[in-house]
Amino acid sequence: MAVMAESAVAQVKRSSMWTRAFESRNFLGAMFMVPAIAILILFLAYPLALGLWLGMTDTKIGGVGRYIGFGNFVSLAKDSVFWLSVFNTIFYTFAASIVKFAIGLYLALLLNERLPFKSMIRAIVLLPFVVPTVLSAIAFWWIYDSQFSIISWVLLKAGLITRYIDFLGDPWNARWSVVAANIWRGVPFVAITLLAGLQTISPSLYEAANLDGATNLQRFRHITLPMLSPIIAVVMTFSVLMTFTDFQLIYTITRGGPINATHLMATLSFQRAITGGNLGEGAAISNAMIPFLVAAILLSFFGLQRSRWQQGGRD
Amino acid sequence: MSSVQIRDVRKSFGNFEVLHGVSIPIEDGQFVVLVGPSGCGKSTLLRMLAGLENITSGTISIGDRVVNNVQPKERDIAMVFQNYALYPHMTVGENMGFSLKLRNAGSDEINKRVKRAAEILALSPLLDRYPRQLSGGQRQRVAMGRAIVRDPQVFLFDEPLSNLDAKLRVAMRTEIKELHQRLKTTTVYVTHDQIEAMTMADKIVVMHDGIVEQMGTPLELYDKPENQFVAGFIGSPAMNFLKGHVRVNGVATFEGPNGVKLPLKSAPAASDGRPVVYGVRPEHFTIADDGADAEIVVVEPTGSETQVFAKVGGEQVVAVFRERHQFNPGDKVKLKPEPSLVHLFDDATGKRL
Repeated sequence: MAVMAESAVAQVKRSSMWTRAFESRNFLGAMFMVPAIAILILFLAYPLALGLWLGMTDTKIGGVGRYIGFGNFVSLAKDSVFWLSVFNTIFYTFAASIVKFAIGLYLALLLNERLPFKSMIRAIVLLPFVVPTVLSAIAFWWIYDSQFSIISWVLLKAGLITRYIDFLGDPWNARWSVVAANIWRGVPFVAITLLAGLQTISPSLYEAANLDGATNLQRFRHITLPMLSPIIAVVMTFSVLMTFTDFQLIYTITRGGPINATHLMATLSFQRAITGGNLGEGAAISNAMIPFLVAAILLSFFGLQRSRWQQGGRD
Repeated sequence: MSSVQIRDVRKSFGNFEVLHGVSIPIEDGQFVVLVGPSGCGKSTLLRMLAGLENITSGTISIGDRVVNNVQPKERDIAMVFQNYALYPHMTVGENMGFSLKLRNAGSDEINKRVKRAAEILALSPLLDRYPRQLSGGQRQRVAMGRAIVRDPQVFLFDEPLSNLDAKLRVAMRTEIKELHQRLKTTTVYVTHDQIEAMTMADKIVVMHDGIVEQMGTPLELYDKPENQFVAGFIGSPAMNFLKGHVRVNGVATFEGPNGVKLPLKSAPAASDGRPVVYGVRPEHFTIADDGADAEIVVVEPTGSETQVFAKVGGEQVVAVFRERHQFNPGDKVKLKPEPSLVHLFDDATGKRL
């Protein structure tokens, strides 16, 4: 009897503790944050920390590594292939981003005009973005093939070249080829996002500028560009980050070849870590990307700081 | 400054014609208000004048020049938009000087003219602010400043006051009128608010369903509306309309609903038994023993005057009195329209008789 009564009392006490806990704002707030924090820790913080740690060790696949400090970075600093991949990554990122921006902005301006079949054209523009990267990469691989390339075939039939172009066999040909593939894939994102930005610009601003005597070029220069600049900053940051860390296209089309001419830091890291089994070294290469990415983010952070005209009213 | 001639202008969007041949002569320096309910085509007409819409047929000339195929920027006009259309990334000064900058005016010239316009509009302390940092009334003034800096041939206003609160609207109304008196630039002003039209215009153009119903000075429109639409549109509270017939036996009277008899000054020709609409403005009622029986429904005092809603022959009418009568709902009074101020309209066509 007494035991039963005691447990009943305990039960009441416990349930009232729970009830009170769930009535507390702070406790509830913490509880609501648990899923988000768990996901962040499990899928972002832990892999990042593990990667950072691995970069400081000489771990091989199947073995337990030991801590070697900055040993990996020291050896990478003397590794010409690593430096080539750094150069390739920067070249790839800049060349592709600049052209993606130019074509994307052009397409966005075009799509913002009154066109027949506008919504259909918009859907078509999005296509490259919808196709799985690896699929499109295989298509490009085929287009660039040394024997079956459709580009070479067409140019040959047109009498513009005398023999097939070795797209992926020559270092610079290969670099430009993968840049072209990346541009094809990245333009829709830039175009559609900039188009969304263009559509937020009130048409009456253009009408006012028109009455003020602006030519088309002046309207673009004085209205479109400044009004679009916040969105350009966001889009280009994303575009640069995605291009810098690109892996799929390169790995499918060239695997980093010929003679490492198209190796990006991401593909080199994968090759060293997984194919080559040197997890530690691969992780170190990945970690070497971090300063570049942080620099890009900082740049956009300062670029993105709202200009004075965007800030709210102040009297 | 110049005159503007709008001659038989039509506008169609696809097969849908929104303006059915509109002709409006505007004299040099005149302040013309286009007024009408929404959808009447007044804004479209203004945008055609600005060159933002094509002209389907007819001609528009500014000065001696037909501008049908002239680009907006070549027309030498300035427009104030309903949403002001200020460039958000430019300061007040830059907004006002933008058109001059585009014309490659020197920075001294720009500064001088912006400064002058800012003084006229009391914007001088705000020249370095961005549009976001301004109140509605200030933005409105910047939009006007942008127009006057250019010293154009014609000012166009597209419902410029509709985004302001009631008090500011009244203040800006006076300001715009004062500005016009000072600059004497030909002005075309679009609004749906008949009070704005009455208070500001040299000439009012009442539009309805793509045609001009009547043109004239504010008081002409008020005193002699050509048709029932204009009569109902101009004046607030709106004119009362009662349907009925003219009776002539000795004296002309109006026989309204349920046998109500109302006085007429004179009967239109051949009119015994003619179906008509009897129009009387709320302020033209008096309390008189020989008036029509009315039962008071609602009394709305505004201080300066009192609006009285009453039933006459079963129809609700509104009367406005400046004297302070002691009325209560349910009271029976005798309402008499002033016969010389009564308007008669043809029942079928709505035309003034």
